[in-house]
Amino acid sequence: MSFLHKHQKLEKNSLLLLFWTIIAVLIGGIVEIIPLFRTETVIEPVKGVRPYTPLELAGYNIYLREGCYNCHSQQIRPLRDEVARYGHYSLAAESMYDHPFQWGSKRTGPDLARVGGKYSDDWHVAHLKAPRDVVPESIMPSYSFLLKTGAKIDDLDQHLKTLRLAGVPYSDEMIENAEKDAIAQATGEARMDMAGLVSRYGEKVLARDFDGQPEVISEMDALVAYLQVLGTMVDFKSAEQVEESAP
Amino acid sequence: MTTAEVSEAQSYNYEVVRLFTLATVFWGIVGFAVGLLIALQLAFPDLNFEPYLTFGRLRPVHTSAVIFAFGGNALFATSYFVVQRTCRVRLWNDGLAMFTFWGYQLFIVMAALGYVLGVTQAKEYAEPEWFVDLWLTVVWVAYLLVFLGTIMKRKEPHLYVANWFYLSFIITVAVLHLGNGLSIPVSWTGAKSYTVFSGVQSAMIQWWYGHNAVGFFLTAGFLGMMYYFIPKRAERPVYSYRLSILHFWSLIFIYIWAGPHHLHYTALPDWAQTLGMTFSIMLWMPSWGGMINGIMTLSGAWHKLRQDPVLRFMIISLAFYGMSTFEGPLLSIKSVNSLSHYTDWTIGHVHSGALGWNGFITFGALYYMVPVLWGREKLYSMKLVNIHLWVATIGIVLYIAAMWVSGIMQGLMWRDYNDMGFLEYSFVESVMAMHPFYIIRALGGVLYLAGALIMVYNFYRTIKGDVCEKEYQSGGELKGAVA
Ligand code: HEC
Ligand code: HEM
Ligand code: HEM
Repeated sequence: MSFLHKHQKLEKNSLLLLFWTIIAVLIGGIVEIIPLFRTETVIEPVKGVRPYTPLELAGYNIYLREGCYNCHSQQIRPLRDEVARYGHYSLAAESMYDHPFQWGSKRTGPDLARVGGKYSDDWHVAHLKAPRDVVPESIMPSYSFLLKTGAKIDDLDQHLKTLRLAGVPYSDEMIENAEKDAIAQATGEARMDMAGLVSRYGEKVLARDFDGQPEVISEMDALVAYLQVLGTMVDFKSAEQVEESAP
Repeated sequence: MTTAEVSEAQSYNYEVVRLFTLATVFWGIVGFAVGLLIALQLAFPDLNFEPYLTFGRLRPVHTSAVIFAFGGNALFATSYFVVQRTCRVRLWNDGLAMFTFWGYQLFIVMAALGYVLGVTQAKEYAEPEWFVDLWLTVVWVAYLLVFLGTIMKRKEPHLYVANWFYLSFIITVAVLHLGNGLSIPVSWTGAKSYTVFSGVQSAMIQWWYGHNAVGFFLTAGFLGMMYYFIPKRAERPVYSYRLSILHFWSLIFIYIWAGPHHLHYTALPDWAQTLGMTFSIMLWMPSWGGMINGIMTLSGAWHKLRQDPVLRFMIISLAFYGMSTFEGPLLSIKSVNSLSHYTDWTIGHVHSGALGWNGFITFGALYYMVPVLWGREKLYSMKLVNIHLWVATIGIVLYIAAMWVSGIMQGLMWRDYNDMGFLEYSFVESVMAMHPFYIIRALGGVLYLAGALIMVYNFYRTIKGDVCEKEYQSGGELKGAVA
């Protein structure tokens, strides 16, 4: 058979085999990935989504470090029961500043895409400190050390700068004020530059002492600030308009 | 063996293969033990010890230890073994080959220590931070060079099919690793980096990587093992040469497309999900084509299955491969995935492939290689091989049956409505319902680990040079290595 005959060429020439293998494995990836970079067709524009504040970013990084994504998803699918349980299904825009995405693949615990505002700060602190004190049947690990660990905020400007390289629209002003903004948000104290924080990140920014320890900025402050902003950025009235006008 | 063959065999570089073999066994035990620990943590959360030993930090230790350390070392060991024997030449460049050994172990240790200490990129199966990724790139290039270099100076005109699979595994993993690993460090002296991609793009690229880590690391590479060790052990040629060619090209071409089945119903555009689903269903064919090619290699030699537990390991691994590659396309169908996604059903699917296919084909290959590598006539005990086989099989059955029940139950509980039109169960009620199944799963893990420890003992005695005389005299039918 001529096909078998032709194939013998590849079996005798390993570089040719290598070449065709690379071609074969590149095609699928190219077809599926490249079009996604035409963002306007992938991510509907919605109002309200903004980059994380420096404190929230520190919280995001703690979320990654602790591997919360191994038990929690952040992606509500447009299925009746999920929307009933967790809220409006997730939009692409909502994770556009997550480097990398945190959609997850396993729900050992509930979805967290819209957990922001669902509970009080105190609830989160108590729950993270000792989950079974709050929910006796929980199998979540305890994270009480977060209360005792200071959040590293002095290098947040470097983090913002790096993310800007990756495409997150942080302004020079945001980068310069990263540490100050983190302190302002984690204390909520009037003597800090609250107006500056709000002018940079918007009216809706939550600034207060999240962990119940006013004297320190702990990792708990950062993580709770992150959890409380999850899913709260989008203005769903405007999102619905976009959906309705979509073909 | 003719004298020419013997002298050729003496010229092979078995030293590095022996090291990789020992590393496979060592990391296997570590990986299974950590798997057992995290399984127990889900049943008994008090076994979490903050800050370092929590489930969230240990789960990547488990996945990396079993896939990259156990599976990876097995792939190194067998590929170096197979390429020398099928090309009939010594491995190219001893120094570089030795570098791949130590370099790869260093990669594993850096990655695992990183997770425990909280250094991670938080991408499933690609957790190592940028500097560990760079190091792996160096090691991988060396691996490619050693493998290609050996092939280039081969004495056989034809490149045997097992080597095609190994080669495609090495090169594709390199492409995936480079693509998914793109990230920008915050500082050159710090561990933290940010992935270049975000949101939808990062999800698609991650699962292009993640699915093909399954496709090329856990499938193509291990198919290389299948194509060498099954024919060798059965002393029969591969069933169909044409099927091998078809199997190879269709498998590597189709696999790449299937990534989006990890992202059904998410914010990924629909056309991509549909492509992923379509190609996943098509993937069923090459998968079963490969399985048939492996199993039918035994035609005319079925009686060997009854006598040889090592061959049995290999054939049962193909049965599990067939099972998980049937279940996979099923899970890729959107309506099925709407139930199974996020649940333990996925975990059951993973482990029928991982424990049954990857684990068993590796055990089979190890039982074949160890006597050859250490110049022993046969294994210390075939009876122990048989015990390992059954203990581990029962362990797998417990594991996946428990996960099927808990996964489907979980999915149904989440979507159950009561008469009033409200959700019937709170989330934590579904957590409570999982408890008995998590205990059964952990029990399965105990058995699987116990089986592997029996193997360690058997290897220890074999390498020492012991032979269980009693067994070989009475059970004359049992045969040792076919060196
Ligand atoms: C072993 C898996 C596991 C890990 C790891 C884990 N969780 Fe959980 N989480 C759960 C489970 C189970 C629940 C549900 C029971 C409960 O409320 O405690 C839960 C509940 C929650 C809730 C309440 C959600 C709601 O809507 O009621 C939050 C918030 C949360 N986890 C945050 C985190 C954060 C942050 C981390 C990482 C620091 C984390 N979890 C790590 C398993 C886990
Ligand atoms: C003693 C044997 C093993 C036990 C007890 C075990 C246990 C576990 C547990 C408890 C999880 C976490 C599940 C969850 O998050 O709900 C897990 C995940 C995983 N294990 Fe294992 N495991 C074992 C062996 C293996 C082997 C041999 C492999 C691969 C070769 C493997 C690959 C994986 C993978 C890939 C995941 C992640 C699954 C996902 O994200 O969907 N495991 N394992
Ligand atoms: C025809 C072949 C296969 C297809 C089409 C397939 C399909 C799938 C699907 C649909 C999922 C669930 C994704 C989700 O809902 O999140 C999945 C998960 C998974 N499969 Fe397969 N599968 C195949 C073979 C295998 C094999 C042989 C293995 C080997 C061990 C394997 C390992 C995994 C792993 C590790 C995951 C979990 C990924 C994660 O969520 O972390 N698959 N597969």
